[in-house]
Amino acid sequence: MMQKHNAAVFQLSRRNVLLGSLALLGAPTASLAGTITDAGKISVSVAAPKRIVTIGSAVTEIVFALGERSKVVAIDLTSIYVDGAEGLTNVGYMRALSTEGVLAQAPDLMCVSSDSGPPEVLDALRASGIPFALIPHVPTIEGIKTKVSLLGALLDKVSEAEKLNAEIDAGFVTLAAKISTLKQRPKVLFVLSLADNRIVAGGTDTAADMIIQLAGGENIAASFKGYKPMSAEAILASPPDAVLMMMSGPGSHDTGEVFSQTAFANSPAAKNGAFIKMSSAYLLGLGPRTPQAATELARKLHPDLAL
Amino acid sequence: MTAITTSWGSLVKSGRDQHTVLIPLLLVALAACAAISIATGAVAIDLASLPHILLGSEQASARDTVIVWSVRLPRTLLAMLVGAALAASGAILQGLFRNPLADPGLVGVSSGSVLAAVCTIVIGQNMFDANATRFLPVTAFIGGLLATVLLYTIATRNGRTYTATMLLGGVAISAIAMALTGVLIFMSTEQQLREFTFWSLGSLAGATWEKAASVALFMVVALGLWPLLARSLDRLALGEAEAGHMGVNVQVLKRAAIVATALLTGAAVSVSGAIGFIGLVVPHLLRLVMSPRHRFLVPAAALLGANLLLVADMIARTIVAPAELPVGIVTACFGGPVFLWMLLTNVRQLES
Repeated sequence: MMQKHNAAVFQLSRRNVLLGSLALLGAPTASLAGTITDAGKISVSVAAPKRIVTIGSAVTEIVFALGERSKVVAIDLTSIYVDGAEGLTNVGYMRALSTEGVLAQAPDLMCVSSDSGPPEVLDALRASGIPFALIPHVPTIEGIKTKVSLLGALLDKVSEAEKLNAEIDAGFVTLAAKISTLKQRPKVLFVLSLADNRIVAGGTDTAADMIIQLAGGENIAASFKGYKPMSAEAILASPPDAVLMMMSGPGSHDTGEVFSQTAFANSPAAKNGAFIKMSSAYLLGLGPRTPQAATELARKLHPDLAL
Repeated sequence: MTAITTSWGSLVKSGRDQHTVLIPLLLVALAACAAISIATGAVAIDLASLPHILLGSEQASARDTVIVWSVRLPRTLLAMLVGAALAASGAILQGLFRNPLADPGLVGVSSGSVLAAVCTIVIGQNMFDANATRFLPVTAFIGGLLATVLLYTIATRNGRTYTATMLLGGVAISAIAMALTGVLIFMSTEQQLREFTFWSLGSLAGATWEKAASVALFMVVALGLWPLLARSLDRLALGEAEAGHMGVNVQVLKRAAIVATALLTGAAVSVSGAIGFIGLVVPHLLRLVMSPRHRFLVPAAALLGANLLLVADMIARTIVAPAELPVGIVTACFGGPVFLWMLLTNVRQLES
């Protein structure tokens, strides 16, 4: 079983595009099946699902954005902060799914991000015979749009998906045009956690790095990959103009607390009070709202820029 | 190992034949636990429909058939096999080292498996294939075996294996493996870190028939070695020189015991991650109520281990349903306090 999830080779079947356009012409939709080739290169068909389980915050967000919120019965732990997810059953963390826990929701469609696990559980869920779509997770703008088109085809919402992708494109294009006029890029540090004076920062190859770049900032933690502890000295050597953190309920830090750290005390960020907090799913979710999140971050990073 | 009498021990009839009561009792309990395990879970399946599902009748719904046949049955079987393997290797190792603290973690199997697992998750995914974790059971097994072979080589000089060197060497190898694991964890991505954390907490969530069959295969091999080991291990309790004078080939015994435990633990760890305390606590519990003769102690340990892990897994998969808890957390929650209780109630014997 050597499937490359990341390769993301898929195409919308011609039949599906045809059915999608028939639906637009007012043909009966109930009997129409959405068919896609998923990240496991397996063809998945579903006709008018009524009980959908979504795993992965971007998948959940896209299904909601396509207007199918009312058909979702359960989500995973990473999706609970997606707007509108209140009250839905949570089947647990996406990398530690339980076959029976998911099937207990009596789904008639499972939309699962390809970075979920464990693999045996995904195999068992697919073997259940209930339509199971593995949605490729690729942390790029193209990756987000691919998710949207695949889910649109599957849920028979092709035109909605096209509209959503056009909005995503427009959001990024507008933002990029504004960013390109900047003369200087502010230095930004994404701080994942700040326990006991130890700073865990977001390096390259992270969603945090991607959103900082999109918002026209320069990531000062670009010398390492992933989320890693960063020494106070390294931060002092390259003091940030802004510090970015996630809003994470109780225990989340306030401006005073962050800027009292030795590493930040004399930074331009502390002088200007540039401490930015954004909700985690919004900031790092890599979903349809990413252009908005990047624009919001850009607004805070460049107050002089009209966005 | 002198006979230990406790308030609990006196409940069971005294004398040399407690196993004639205990082993059938454990078998009955295991059958009952297995039945409950198949009947319970996040999905409510009508008890009346269970026979239909098990017999493959057409009245059974497709979903319920999948749940019982590809989730609950392999998982129940795997929980029993893994529990039995861990507890049996704990009993053998405690006999071999004549040390009540010996558990499978001590001979380096666990740390070797953990290191191999994190290698697979971090290096394997970066260098070969995003799906390298599919080979995790195989690499974890090989890692456990390699660590044990290394330890055995270190502790053997001039054809003689030194038990003390092996115990301390096990600590050293574990420390080195931990350090390397730490380096790899530092290099890992957020996702790999999560994957490793869940693996190291132990879980039977990925149970399949293939996994159960692979553990069963190693159980059969170890059981084949078993009759050769039992009496010799009893004699070893008197001391190595004494056992030698009684005609035990101590070197062969050590080799066989280490191979048996490495196979058992390696197989268990590879399919379920690191599940603690079963190997340590079960033999202790049994020695409180039965004779420490290995011929009966090891099979009884296997049965009690199977029972305990099955119950722990039932708790793990129902207590936070539809999500589930890593089963290693459940065994540690139960094993830690029980072990402490045993220590405190037997403190006089241990100190004398």
